[in-house]
Amino acid sequence: MLNSFSRIAVIIPAFNEEQAIADVVHQIQQVAIREHLQLTVVVVNDCSRDNTASIIDALPCVSLHLPVNLGIGGAVQTGFRYAFRKGYDYAVQVDGDGQHPAEAIPALLKAIEQQEADVLIGSRFIAKTGFQSSFMRRVGIRFFSHLNYLLTGIRVADSTSGFRMLNRKALAVVDDYYPDEYPEPEAIILYAFNNLKVAEHPVEMLERQGGVSSINSLNSFYYMFKVSIAILFTYIRIRRKK
Amino acid sequence: MERIQIIAIVGSLLFLGFIGRLIIKGKLREEYAIVWIICTAILILFSFWRHGLDLVAYHLGVYSPPNTVFMGAIIAVLVYLLHLSIVVSKLQAQNKTMAQEMALLKNKLEQKQA
Repeated sequence: MLNSFSRIAVIIPAFNEEQAIADVVHQIQQVAIREHLQLTVVVVNDCSRDNTASIIDALPCVSLHLPVNLGIGGAVQTGFRYAFRKGYDYAVQVDGDGQHPAEAIPALLKAIEQQEADVLIGSRFIAKTGFQSSFMRRVGIRFFSHLNYLLTGIRVADSTSGFRMLNRKALAVVDDYYPDEYPEPEAIILYAFNNLKVAEHPVEMLERQGGVSSINSLNSFYYMFKVSIAILFTYIRIRRKK
Repeated sequence: MERIQIIAIVGSLLFLGFIGRLIIKGKLREEYAIVWIICTAILILFSFWRHGLDLVAYHLGVYSPPNTVFMGAIIAVLVYLLHLSIVVSKLQAQNKTMAQEMALLKNKLEQKQA
Protein backbone atom coordinates (compact mmCIF):
# COMPACT_ATOMS: atom_id res chain seq x y z
CA MET A 1 0.00 0.00 0.00
CA LEU A 2 1.37 3.36 -1.01
CA ASN A 3 1.44 6.33 1.27
CA SER A 4 -1.04 8.34 -0.75
CA PHE A 5 -0.56 11.40 1.45
CA SER A 6 2.80 12.12 -0.14
CA ARG A 7 2.63 15.01 -2.57
CA ILE A 8 4.67 14.33 -5.67
CA ALA A 9 5.86 16.73 -8.34
CA VAL A 10 6.73 15.16 -11.68
CA ILE A 11 9.32 17.37 -13.33
CA ILE A 12 9.52 17.15 -17.12
CA PRO A 13 12.24 19.23 -18.78
CA ALA A 14 11.10 19.87 -22.36
CA PHE A 15 13.12 21.30 -25.22
CA ASN A 16 11.43 20.98 -28.62
CA GLU A 17 9.29 18.03 -27.53
CA GLU A 18 6.04 18.90 -29.34
CA GLN A 19 5.65 15.33 -30.65
CA ALA A 20 5.83 13.40 -27.42
CA ILE A 21 5.06 15.78 -24.57
CA ALA A 22 1.25 15.51 -24.64
CA ASP A 23 1.33 11.70 -24.44
CA VAL A 24 3.89 11.78 -21.64
CA VAL A 25 1.74 14.13 -19.53
CA HIS A 26 -1.48 12.22 -20.21
CA GLN A 27 0.10 8.88 -19.31
CA ILE A 28 1.35 10.26 -16.02
CA GLN A 29 -2.08 11.70 -15.20
CA GLN A 30 -3.70 8.33 -15.97
CA VAL A 31 -1.32 6.54 -13.62
CA ALA A 32 -1.99 9.16 -10.96
CA ILE A 33 -5.76 8.65 -11.15
CA ARG A 34 -5.49 4.87 -11.18
CA GLU A 35 -3.11 4.75 -8.22
CA HIS A 36 -4.76 7.63 -6.31
CA LEU A 37 -1.52 9.60 -6.19
CA GLN A 38 -1.41 13.24 -5.14
CA LEU A 39 0.64 14.21 -8.12
CA THR A 40 1.34 17.42 -10.02
CA VAL A 41 3.01 17.41 -13.40
CA VAL A 42 5.43 20.31 -13.85
CA VAL A 43 6.67 20.84 -17.40
CA VAL A 44 9.68 23.12 -17.75
CA ASN A 45 9.78 24.55 -21.24
CA ASP A 46 13.46 25.29 -21.88
CA CYS A 47 12.75 28.04 -24.42
CA SER A 48 11.64 25.61 -27.14
CA ARG A 49 11.58 26.85 -30.70
CA ASP A 50 8.64 24.64 -31.74
CA ASN A 51 5.08 24.50 -30.43
CA THR A 52 5.96 22.98 -27.05
CA ALA A 53 4.96 26.17 -25.22
CA SER A 54 1.39 26.35 -26.50
CA ILE A 55 0.94 22.57 -26.21
CA ILE A 56 1.88 22.39 -22.54
CA ASP A 57 -0.25 25.44 -21.67
CA ALA A 58 -3.29 23.41 -22.76
CA LEU A 59 -2.26 20.27 -20.83
CA PRO A 60 -3.27 19.36 -17.26
CA CYS A 61 0.04 20.46 -15.80
CA VAL A 62 1.95 23.37 -14.31
CA SER A 63 3.97 24.99 -17.06
CA LEU A 64 7.16 26.91 -16.36
CA HIS A 65 8.53 28.85 -19.30
CA LEU A 66 12.22 29.74 -19.24
CA PRO A 67 12.91 33.01 -21.08
CA VAL A 68 16.30 31.74 -22.33
CA ASN A 69 17.60 28.25 -23.09
CA LEU A 70 19.43 26.94 -20.02
CA GLY A 71 20.06 23.33 -21.06
CA ILE A 72 18.91 20.24 -19.24
CA GLY A 73 20.58 20.99 -15.88
CA GLY A 74 19.14 24.47 -15.52
CA ALA A 75 15.70 23.34 -16.72
CA VAL A 76 15.47 20.43 -14.29
CA GLN A 77 16.67 22.61 -11.44
CA THR A 78 13.85 25.07 -12.18
CA GLY A 79 11.38 22.23 -11.61
CA PHE A 80 13.17 21.09 -8.46
CA ARG A 81 13.09 24.64 -7.11
CA TYR A 82 9.35 24.82 -7.80
CA ALA A 83 8.78 21.52 -6.00
CA PHE A 84 10.97 22.54 -3.06
CA ARG A 85 9.29 25.92 -2.57
CA LYS A 86 5.79 24.54 -2.96
CA GLY A 87 6.51 22.00 -0.23
CA TYR A 88 6.26 18.78 -2.23
CA ASP A 89 7.42 15.63 -0.45
CA TYR A 90 8.95 14.11 -3.56
CA ALA A 91 10.02 15.24 -7.00
CA VAL A 92 10.56 12.79 -9.81
CA GLN A 93 12.32 13.76 -13.01
CA VAL A 94 10.85 12.28 -16.19
CA ASP A 95 12.19 12.92 -19.69
CA GLY A 96 9.88 14.69 -22.12
CA ASP A 97 10.53 12.23 -24.96
CA GLY A 98 8.69 9.23 -23.54
CA GLN A 99 11.74 7.14 -22.59
CA HIS A 100 10.69 6.89 -18.98
CA PRO A 101 7.51 4.88 -18.44
CA ALA A 102 4.89 6.61 -16.28
CA GLU A 103 3.87 3.16 -15.07
CA ALA A 104 7.09 2.97 -13.04
CA ILE A 105 6.38 6.05 -10.91
CA PRO A 106 4.30 4.23 -8.23
CA ALA A 107 7.02 1.58 -7.97
CA LEU A 108 9.69 4.26 -7.53
CA LEU A 109 7.63 5.92 -4.80
CA LYS A 110 7.15 2.63 -3.03
CA ALA A 111 10.85 1.81 -3.28
CA ILE A 112 12.07 5.19 -2.03
CA GLU A 113 9.77 4.97 1.00
CA GLN A 114 10.60 1.36 1.79
CA GLN A 115 14.35 1.77 1.36
CA GLU A 116 14.29 5.15 3.12
CA ALA A 117 16.49 6.51 0.36
CA ASP A 118 16.90 10.22 -0.35
CA VAL A 119 17.52 9.74 -4.05
CA LEU A 120 16.24 6.83 -6.09
CA ILE A 121 17.56 6.29 -9.59
CA GLY A 122 15.51 4.33 -12.11
CA SER A 123 18.00 1.98 -13.72
CA ARG A 124 17.77 0.14 -17.03
CA PHE A 125 20.68 -2.15 -16.19
CA ILE A 126 19.70 -3.94 -13.00
CA ALA A 127 17.14 -6.21 -14.62
CA LYS A 128 18.67 -5.85 -18.11
CA THR A 129 15.29 -5.67 -19.79
CA GLY A 130 13.80 -3.00 -22.00
CA PHE A 131 15.70 -0.49 -24.11
CA GLN A 132 19.41 -0.82 -23.29
CA SER A 133 20.82 2.18 -25.21
CA SER A 134 23.61 2.19 -27.79
CA PHE A 135 27.01 0.54 -27.32
CA MET A 136 28.97 3.79 -27.07
CA ARG A 137 26.49 5.22 -24.64
CA ARG A 138 26.81 2.11 -22.48
CA VAL A 139 30.61 2.45 -22.49
CA GLY A 140 30.22 6.02 -21.25
CA ILE A 141 27.69 5.06 -18.60
CA ARG A 142 29.99 2.32 -17.31
CA PHE A 143 32.95 4.72 -17.24
CA PHE A 144 31.04 7.24 -15.09
CA SER A 145 29.77 4.43 -12.93
CA HIS A 146 33.38 3.37 -12.15
CA LEU A 147 34.55 6.96 -11.68
CA ASN A 148 31.74 7.63 -9.22
CA TYR A 149 32.46 4.42 -7.37
CA LEU A 150 36.13 5.35 -7.09
CA LEU A 151 35.34 8.76 -5.62
CA THR A 152 32.30 8.06 -3.47
CA GLY A 153 32.15 4.33 -2.89
CA ILE A 154 28.62 4.33 -4.24
CA ARG A 155 27.93 2.07 -7.18
CA VAL A 156 25.25 3.37 -9.53
CA ALA A 157 24.92 1.17 -12.62
CA ASP A 158 22.85 3.58 -14.71
CA SER A 159 24.77 6.75 -13.88
CA THR A 160 23.32 8.81 -16.74
CA SER A 161 19.70 7.90 -16.12
CA GLY A 162 17.53 10.98 -15.73
CA PHE A 163 14.65 9.01 -14.24
CA ARG A 164 15.14 9.95 -10.59
CA MET A 165 13.07 10.54 -7.51
CA LEU A 166 14.24 12.94 -4.79
CA ASN A 167 12.82 13.51 -1.33
CA ARG A 168 12.74 16.90 0.41
CA LYS A 169 16.18 16.46 1.92
CA ALA A 170 17.62 15.94 -1.55
CA LEU A 171 15.51 18.79 -2.98
CA ALA A 172 17.08 21.17 -0.47
CA VAL A 173 20.50 20.20 -1.86
CA VAL A 174 19.61 20.66 -5.54
CA ASP A 175 17.76 23.90 -4.78
CA ASP A 176 21.12 25.26 -3.68
CA TYR A 177 23.26 23.87 -6.50
CA TYR A 178 22.67 21.67 -9.53
CA PRO A 179 25.16 21.03 -12.34
CA ASP A 180 24.69 22.39 -15.88
CA GLU A 181 24.62 20.75 -19.30
CA TYR A 182 24.97 16.99 -18.61
CA PRO A 183 24.10 16.90 -14.93
CA GLU A 184 23.24 13.29 -14.15
CA PRO A 185 26.61 11.64 -13.37
CA GLU A 186 27.87 14.75 -11.59
CA ALA A 187 24.74 15.00 -9.45
CA ILE A 188 25.48 11.57 -7.96
CA ILE A 189 28.72 12.94 -6.47
CA LEU A 190 26.75 15.89 -5.13
CA TYR A 191 24.26 13.60 -3.42
CA ALA A 192 26.92 11.31 -2.02
CA PHE A 193 28.91 14.10 -0.41
CA ASN A 194 25.83 15.71 1.07
CA ASN A 195 25.26 12.45 2.93
CA LEU A 196 22.16 11.55 0.96
CA LYS A 197 21.30 7.91 0.59
CA VAL A 198 21.34 7.01 -3.10
CA ALA A 199 19.61 3.83 -4.24
CA GLU A 200 18.73 2.26 -7.58
CA HIS A 201 15.57 0.59 -8.76
CA PRO A 202 15.12 -1.47 -11.94
CA VAL A 203 12.99 0.19 -14.62
CA GLU A 204 12.23 -0.96 -18.14
CA MET A 205 13.03 2.01 -20.34
CA LEU A 206 11.53 2.64 -23.74
CA GLU A 207 13.12 4.01 -26.85
CA ARG A 208 12.53 7.73 -27.25
CA GLN A 209 9.14 8.46 -28.81
CA GLY A 210 10.18 11.70 -30.47
CA GLY A 211 12.72 14.50 -30.31
CA VAL A 212 16.51 14.26 -30.50
CA SER A 213 18.94 13.16 -27.78
CA SER A 214 21.09 15.90 -26.34
CA ILE A 215 24.04 13.55 -26.81
CA ASN A 216 25.09 12.54 -30.35
CA SER A 217 28.23 10.79 -31.53
CA LEU A 218 29.89 14.07 -32.47
CA ASN A 219 29.80 15.61 -29.03
CA SER A 220 30.04 12.39 -27.04
CA PHE A 221 33.78 12.89 -26.64
CA TYR A 222 33.20 16.40 -25.36
CA TYR A 223 30.52 14.98 -23.07
CA MET A 224 32.87 12.39 -21.54
CA PHE A 225 35.63 14.94 -21.08
CA LYS A 226 33.45 17.69 -19.68
CA VAL A 227 31.59 15.45 -17.26
CA SER A 228 34.80 13.77 -16.04
CA ILE A 229 36.34 17.16 -15.28
CA ALA A 230 33.13 18.36 -13.66
CA ILE A 231 32.96 15.24 -11.50
CA LEU A 232 36.56 15.60 -10.36
CA PHE A 233 36.19 19.27 -9.51
CA THR A 234 32.87 18.78 -7.75
CA TYR A 235 34.63 16.09 -5.72
CA ILE A 236 37.54 18.40 -4.81
CA ARG A 237 35.25 21.37 -4.07
CA ILE A 238 32.96 19.43 -1.75
CA ARG A 239 35.84 17.71 0.02
CA ARG A 240 37.51 21.03 0.73
CA LYS A 241 34.32 22.42 2.24
CA LYS A 242 34.30 19.69 4.85
CA MET B 1 63.52 60.43 -30.91
CA GLU B 2 63.19 57.65 -33.46
CA ARG B 3 60.29 57.01 -35.78
CA ILE B 4 59.13 53.86 -34.04
CA GLN B 5 58.95 55.71 -30.74
CA ILE B 6 56.69 58.36 -32.21
CA ILE B 7 54.46 55.73 -33.81
CA ALA B 8 54.20 53.83 -30.51
CA ILE B 9 53.42 56.96 -28.50
CA VAL B 10 50.80 58.24 -30.94
CA GLY B 11 49.21 54.77 -31.20
CA SER B 12 49.08 54.38 -27.43
CA LEU B 13 47.57 57.82 -26.94
CA LEU B 14 44.92 57.15 -29.60
CA PHE B 15 44.10 53.85 -27.86
CA LEU B 16 43.86 55.63 -24.51
CA GLY B 17 41.52 58.19 -26.03
CA PHE B 18 39.35 55.43 -27.49
CA ILE B 19 39.07 53.74 -24.07
CA GLY B 20 38.14 57.07 -22.51
CA ARG B 21 35.40 57.54 -25.10
CA LEU B 22 34.01 54.07 -24.40
CA ILE B 23 33.87 54.78 -20.66
CA ILE B 24 32.18 58.14 -21.20
CA LYS B 25 29.58 56.55 -23.47
CA GLY B 26 28.96 53.87 -20.83
CA LYS B 27 30.00 51.06 -23.16
CA LEU B 28 32.93 49.93 -21.02
CA ARG B 29 32.88 49.52 -17.28
CA GLU B 30 35.71 51.22 -15.42
CA GLU B 31 36.87 48.02 -13.72
CA TYR B 32 37.61 46.41 -17.09
CA ALA B 33 39.20 49.59 -18.39
CA ILE B 34 41.80 49.63 -15.60
CA VAL B 35 43.78 46.80 -17.18
CA TRP B 36 43.84 48.53 -20.56
CA ILE B 37 44.86 51.87 -19.09
CA ILE B 38 47.72 50.29 -17.13
CA CYS B 39 48.94 48.35 -20.19
CA THR B 40 48.86 51.48 -22.33
CA ALA B 41 50.69 53.46 -19.64
CA ILE B 42 53.46 50.85 -19.59
CA LEU B 43 53.70 51.02 -23.39
CA ILE B 44 53.99 54.80 -23.31
CA LEU B 45 56.60 54.62 -20.56
CA PHE B 46 58.86 52.32 -22.58
CA SER B 47 58.23 54.32 -25.77
CA PHE B 48 59.87 57.32 -24.13
CA TRP B 49 62.43 55.42 -22.15
CA ARG B 50 63.98 53.04 -24.66
CA HIS B 51 66.95 52.26 -22.49
CA GLY B 52 64.54 50.96 -19.84
CA LEU B 53 63.60 48.09 -22.09
CA ASP B 54 67.23 47.00 -22.41
CA LEU B 55 67.59 47.28 -18.65
CA VAL B 56 64.56 45.13 -17.91
CA ALA B 57 65.58 42.57 -20.52
CA TYR B 58 69.09 42.42 -19.08
CA HIS B 59 67.84 41.84 -15.54
CA LEU B 60 65.37 39.20 -16.67
CA GLY B 61 68.10 37.47 -18.64
CA VAL B 62 66.31 37.89 -21.96
CA TYR B 63 68.78 37.83 -24.85
CA SER B 64 66.97 40.20 -27.17
CA PRO B 65 65.10 43.17 -25.58
CA PRO B 66 62.16 43.16 -28.07
CA ASN B 67 61.33 39.63 -26.88
CA THR B 68 60.61 41.10 -23.45
CA VAL B 69 57.88 43.18 -25.08
CA PHE B 70 56.33 40.10 -26.71
CA MET B 71 56.60 38.05 -23.54
CA GLY B 72 55.00 40.79 -21.46
CA ALA B 73 52.25 41.32 -24.00
CA ILE B 74 51.41 37.60 -24.26
CA ILE B 75 51.31 37.16 -20.49
CA ALA B 76 49.05 40.22 -20.15
CA VAL B 77 46.69 38.92 -22.85
CA LEU B 78 46.53 35.45 -21.24
CA VAL B 79 45.79 36.87 -17.81
CA TYR B 80 43.14 39.14 -19.23
CA LEU B 81 41.51 36.29 -21.17
CA LEU B 82 41.34 34.22 -18.00
CA HIS B 83 39.80 37.18 -16.23
CA LEU B 84 37.17 37.44 -18.97
CA SER B 85 36.40 33.70 -18.70
CA ILE B 86 35.79 34.17 -14.98
CA VAL B 87 33.51 37.13 -15.66
CA VAL B 88 31.55 35.12 -18.26
CA SER B 89 31.20 32.14 -15.90
CA LYS B 90 29.85 34.39 -13.19
CA LEU B 91 27.45 36.06 -15.61
CA GLN B 92 26.23 32.67 -16.80
CA ALA B 93 25.47 31.55 -13.24
CA GLN B 94 23.63 34.80 -12.50
CA ASN B 95 21.77 34.60 -15.79
CA LYS B 96 20.64 31.05 -15.01
CA THR B 97 19.26 32.01 -11.60
CA MET B 98 17.50 35.00 -13.10
CA ALA B 99 15.88 32.95 -15.88
CA GLN B 100 14.68 30.39 -13.34
CA GLU B 101 13.21 33.04 -11.07
CA MET B 102 11.47 34.60 -14.06
CA ALA B 103 9.87 31.28 -15.05
CA LEU B 104 8.68 30.71 -11.47
CA LEU B 105 7.37 34.28 -11.16
CA LYS B 106 5.55 34.08 -14.49
CA ASN B 107 3.81 30.96 -13.23
CA LYS B 108 2.85 32.66 -9.96
CA LEU B 109 1.47 35.66 -11.84
CA GLU B 110 -0.64 33.50 -14.14
CA GLN B 111 -2.05 31.65 -11.14
CA LYS B 112 -3.03 34.93 -9.52
CA GLN B 113 -4.76 36.14 -12.66
CA ALA B 114 -6.65 32.89 -13.19
